[in-house]
Amino acid sequence: MTARTGHGTRLRVNMIACDGRGLCAEVLPELITLDDWGFPIIAEGAVPPELQGQAGEAVRLCPKLALRLER
Amino acid sequence: MNWATTDQHSLGLAQDWPNREPRRPGRPVRGAWATEPGQWQGDTGRGGWASEPDQRHGEPAAGGWASEPDQRRGEPAAGGWASEPDQRRGQPAAGGWATEPDQRHGDQSPGRRAGRPGRRPGTADHGHGRPADRLPRLLPDGFTDEPTGLGQHLAEHGPIPALGGHQRWRDELIAEVELARLAGRGGAGFPTARKLAAVASAGRRAIVVANGTEGEPISAKDKVLLAQAPHLVLDGAVVAAALVGANEAVIVAHPAVSDIVAAAVAERRRARLDRIRLRVVPAADQFVGGEASAVVNWIERGVPKPIATPQRLSVRGLYGRPTLVQNVETLAHLALIARHGADWFRAVGTASEPGSMLVTLAGAVRYPGVYEIAIGTSVADVLGQAGGPSGPLSALLIGGYFGTWVDSAAAATLPFSTEGLRALGAHVGAGLVAALPADACGLVETARVTRYLAGESAGQCGPCVFGLDAVAGQLERLADGRGDDLRLLNRWIGQLRSGRGGCKHPDGTIGMVRSALTVFNAELDLHAQGWCCGTAEAGVIPVPAWSQS
Repeated sequence: MTARTGHGTRLRVNMIACDGRGLCAEVLPELITLDDWGFPIIAEGAVPPELQGQAGEAVRLCPKLALRLER
Repeated sequence: MNWATTDQHSLGLAQDWPNREPRRPGRPVRGAWATEPGQWQGDTGRGGWASEPDQRHGEPAAGGWASEPDQRRGEPAAGGWASEPDQRRGQPAAGGWATEPDQRHGDQSPGRRAGRPGRRPGTADHGHGRPADRLPRLLPDGFTDEPTGLGQHLAEHGPIPALGGHQRWRDELIAEVELARLAGRGGAGFPTARKLAAVASAGRRAIVVANGTEGEPISAKDKVLLAQAPHLVLDGAVVAAALVGANEAVIVAHPAVSDIVAAAVAERRRARLDRIRLRVVPAADQFVGGEASAVVNWIERGVPKPIATPQRLSVRGLYGRPTLVQNVETLAHLALIARHGADWFRAVGTASEPGSMLVTLAGAVRYPGVYEIAIGTSVADVLGQAGGPSGPLSALLIGGYFGTWVDSAAAATLPFSTEGLRALGAHVGAGLVAALPADACGLVETARVTRYLAGESAGQCGPCVFGLDAVAGQLERLADGRGDDLRLLNRWIGQLRSGRGGCKHPDGTIGMVRSALTVFNAELDLHAQGWCCGTAEAGVIPVPAWSQS
């Protein structure tokens, strides 16, 4: 296993599981905004290396386990 | 026999919208296909399929939809249904509606032919089947009011192709499918060969799902295909199963036709035709029920809703097995490619999109129904199949409710193909064209369709549940002249534009709405001033009755 550099990882939300709690947008406003109904809109593209920590935090905090980091 | 009412080409267009509750197994619907309208209308209590538009939608305006049924009934012999049948069918007019009825229905003994030696896949077969450039390929040639039986099917198309179990045979036939450039006919147009190869390479026992859910309310082509040529679809399912290494194929058929398919499967079983298990499951009658993961969810759990699968269905789908979900029309084409090869398949259509496709022509055309066209036929000629527009048109909704509104004049000369329609931002989708008459208001129609689609959300994802409802409400306000603020609508469209749901339901709906705001821009201005261009009553583009409150 090579160490994950975070390069090329993307945030993905399982919209069926998502309940619109909005924690992710508070932890990672740089990449996640909320629509008018409180559901996350994820910025396109890979998660930049400097935001990897926050992204991991957002994934861990999601009470519905609806957020994932995918390579 | 009153042929007009049994005219299978208009089936589904003129259907009564069935019960919203998924029914499994479905009530026998053969009655709906029977000859006397009184009979089935009486016994179903729902009006069954066909012909009384007023009854169906409970409003006279809908009459424009199934245009002039009386006219059609009036002149059966004249081929009123199809002006210039020879042109369309490529056969002498004398062929009429039932070409060689004896042949068609006479020989129902499959055993006699089933034992014939098969041919190698991809070898051209000139002994059977229709000439490559002649349409229809999939549907029975000429008028028929009952499904093509196994005997007739084999006589017409030739024996089912010999299925090799070994890798080389699979590779060769998949290569042939790739050469034929067969693309999925369910709406997304995904290359079939790639899907086959993906499931075949999964390395475990696969399963095939033939998707005949056809939840799209104005589409009827899958129902008509399953009702008229069930064995061609089953052939395709069997070929696909052999290609991906499956020992079972599940045919999910719209409840209106599932009994016909079940009868065809029973016929094959009696003839001991297939080595794999064929199973028929009546589909859930809901719009999103046709999405691939929803179909799998329906078969396995009885829940017609998309599922969020971390893995692709081709890796882990139905019962955890690698799953090939193919539209039933795609499978029918596959059955023909396996028989006649890629060159035969490419004899019609365009170079990049070869073959024929089934289309459902709806709205303001003279004879709404299901037709088979060569891909690339001009949009005007496609509408010509249905006798042309029934009056002046303003716009076309191409590709279905997830499709694109286009100006009818701008579209008329374009080829009906994904490539040809790209200029207008449209795509062929599942082959649906709904024609909007010039005296109807596109904005009002769009608001109705959007409200229907919002109601058809599976209710799983927030943006779909709340967003589509909000968009529909805003469109209704605009259509009613109660609002003229486009900013909010555009803001929501921007938020819902792509990838916001577990499936493509919001994406498809928003795409249609966006095209409406472009094409009906002039109407927007009128409505903002309290005017409406429409003089016809709303309801030209049909939505099921339950969504109209």
